[in-house]
Amino acid sequence: MASSSGFDVRRQFGFTTIALACFVMLYLPVVLLVVYSFNAGTSVAIWEGFSLRWYRSAWENVQVQEATVRSLVLAFWASLISTSVAVMAALATTRTRPFKGYSAIFAMINQPLMVPEIVTAVALLIVFAAVKVWTGYTGLGYLVLAHSAFCIPFAYLPIRARLQGMDLSLEQAASDLYARPWQVFRRITLPQLWPGILAGAMLAFVISLDDVVITEFVKSAGQDTLPTYMLGQLRRVVTPEVNAISTVLLAISVTMVIAFFFVSRMRK
Amino acid sequence: MIEVDGVTKAYGSGKTRFLALDNVTVTIRKNEFFTLLGPSGCGKTTLLRVIAGFVDPTSGTVTMDGADLLKLPPYARPVNTVFQSYALFPHLTVRQNIAFGLEMLGKPRAEITQTVDEMMALVQMTKMADRQTGQISGGQQQRVALARALAPKPKVLLLDEPLSALDFKLRKDMQIELKRLQTETGITFIFVTHDQEEALTMSDRIAVMSAGAIRQIGSPRDIYDHPAERFVADFIGDTNFLPAEILSEADGVVQVRLGSGAEIAARPVEGAGRGAVTLAVRPEHATLGPEAGALLPGTLRNIVYFGTDTHYHVALDGGDSFVVRAQNQPDRASAVAEGDRVGITFPPGVGQVLRD
Ligand SMILES: Nc1ncnc2c1ncn2[C@@H]1O[C@H](COP(=O)(O)OP(=O)(O)OP(=O)(O)O)[C@@H](O)[C@H]1O
Ligand SMILES: [Mg+2]
Repeated sequence: MASSSGFDVRRQFGFTTIALACFVMLYLPVVLLVVYSFNAGTSVAIWEGFSLRWYRSAWENVQVQEATVRSLVLAFWASLISTSVAVMAALATTRTRPFKGYSAIFAMINQPLMVPEIVTAVALLIVFAAVKVWTGYTGLGYLVLAHSAFCIPFAYLPIRARLQGMDLSLEQAASDLYARPWQVFRRITLPQLWPGILAGAMLAFVISLDDVVITEFVKSAGQDTLPTYMLGQLRRVVTPEVNAISTVLLAISVTMVIAFFFVSRMRK
Repeated sequence: MIEVDGVTKAYGSGKTRFLALDNVTVTIRKNEFFTLLGPSGCGKTTLLRVIAGFVDPTSGTVTMDGADLLKLPPYARPVNTVFQSYALFPHLTVRQNIAFGLEMLGKPRAEITQTVDEMMALVQMTKMADRQTGQISGGQQQRVALARALAPKPKVLLLDEPLSALDFKLRKDMQIELKRLQTETGITFIFVTHDQEEALTMSDRIAVMSAGAIRQIGSPRDIYDHPAERFVADFIGDTNFLPAEILSEADGVVQVRLGSGAEIAARPVEGAGRGAVTLAVRPEHATLGPEAGALLPGTLRNIVYFGTDTHYHVALDGGDSFVVRAQNQPDRASAVAEGDRVGITFPPGVGQVLRD
């Protein structure tokens, strides 16, 4: 161990300072953002007393209401679709014999993690523009498709991890006991996989809820989600209403991530 | 009934290529209690998995009653397995685990319930029917695994060291129970163990394996009394190995000359070389006596008392060592002492010529 050989990174010169600086950089802005969401005044920099007025204001703002509903609907469909696809992809990459091109497929599934988001956004913009002209359809479908696509790796990774951690001999025992592949999946794999699926779906949900770049490029007029609405607001007057919305988003994300940890650590 | 013909299983390739099974050919008969015996890593589990359908052999064929088994997926083979790792379904109860195969076969509810109850009684798990499998001990898990594999009444039951986690008494009980089950149900058992005593007491026939190959197949008595190779003789029971020279062979008997110059009849083996060979003699087949007139003279080095019998370690004059095992009689101390000159004798036909 590090400590027994006399080396402990915590005792290195400057370690504590650097660590503290990092934490301050990470969390101080967030703390300030949350604090000023309760500001009674209109400034995001001068504290004028505690109030919930910006929460009320956001709550009563029709644009915020619409953006919230749109964000949630979008995140719901995106996580549903991406998780379904991710389950199939995870099964195909863990429950088949090793095949040629396995690494290539793995890289392709995780492509959204590696390709710059702005590139994907531009590419989608071009393709969807063509499709829009061709079909005339301008609904939420484009956003759903785009979000589903970039959420796949986030749903895929926890599901795959769960599948890899599962004892293969259970599935073999089931097929030894006359279960067809579909029955093996339904009766043995799925009941043990669902914490992974839930975790993947929640992660996908948060990622979709959070997205700005791709949404900004793909959305049609009047299809603002919460993050793009906020971005639009910031270009005009900045009021603590944005802080209030951010705080709520933050609360949702943190709750989801905590739930994600509990679910993905769940035992059989 | 099951014919395994020339089955080879290679893992890896190039320099790391490794044969888990090396040209295995064996026929398992109907209603037989057939045991695969061998040291850890010799390929016993791999052979079972080939028969069950979880491992595709690199080459060779496996047929059951003439039909090609390798073409069938595991769920279509009338074969059930008791896995070495149990592989119980952790999200199901004991009862649900045992019922699984019957449900997959689409048996009626009433029949399933009845069979499952019988099976639980058989393995003495009735009291724990509704426990999750994570809440029972290792030995209990093993019994559930056995019941689960037996419940659908397969034609062939593959058992991968099914008794290894049980304590001595339960193990003896289960050995008898398994043997009874096998005779009553007429199910063919292919049983894997690395416990030679278990193999000798339970099996109709034993295949001794080493390094992916079958070294010898025979009845327990055959294997014990007439091992064909040094590995088999060494792996099963204790054996003395003597250098010998074949003088002549006729009518299934060979005349050999021992290191001491004495000559005696011994059992030949197919494929043994001419001239210098190794002779195997079991310690309990030899007797200790006076030096004069004995086959092998030597000096008594050690006397080890074992309760039921005593082992005499003798240093032969040629430099080899030899152990004689004698049954103990009540209150009779041995007539010899360490350091005495002694002679070893065994009857003609007892020594077995080995192949290697
Ligand atoms: N998937 C695999 N890849 C590579 N080698 C393997 C694989 N499975 C088994 N082996 C090797 O094949 C050999 C035979 O394994 P097997 O499990 O059949 O042994 P065994 O006789 O059942 O041993 P034990 O008594 O310890 O259970 C071992 O040396 C093992 O390391
Ligand atoms: Mg094994």
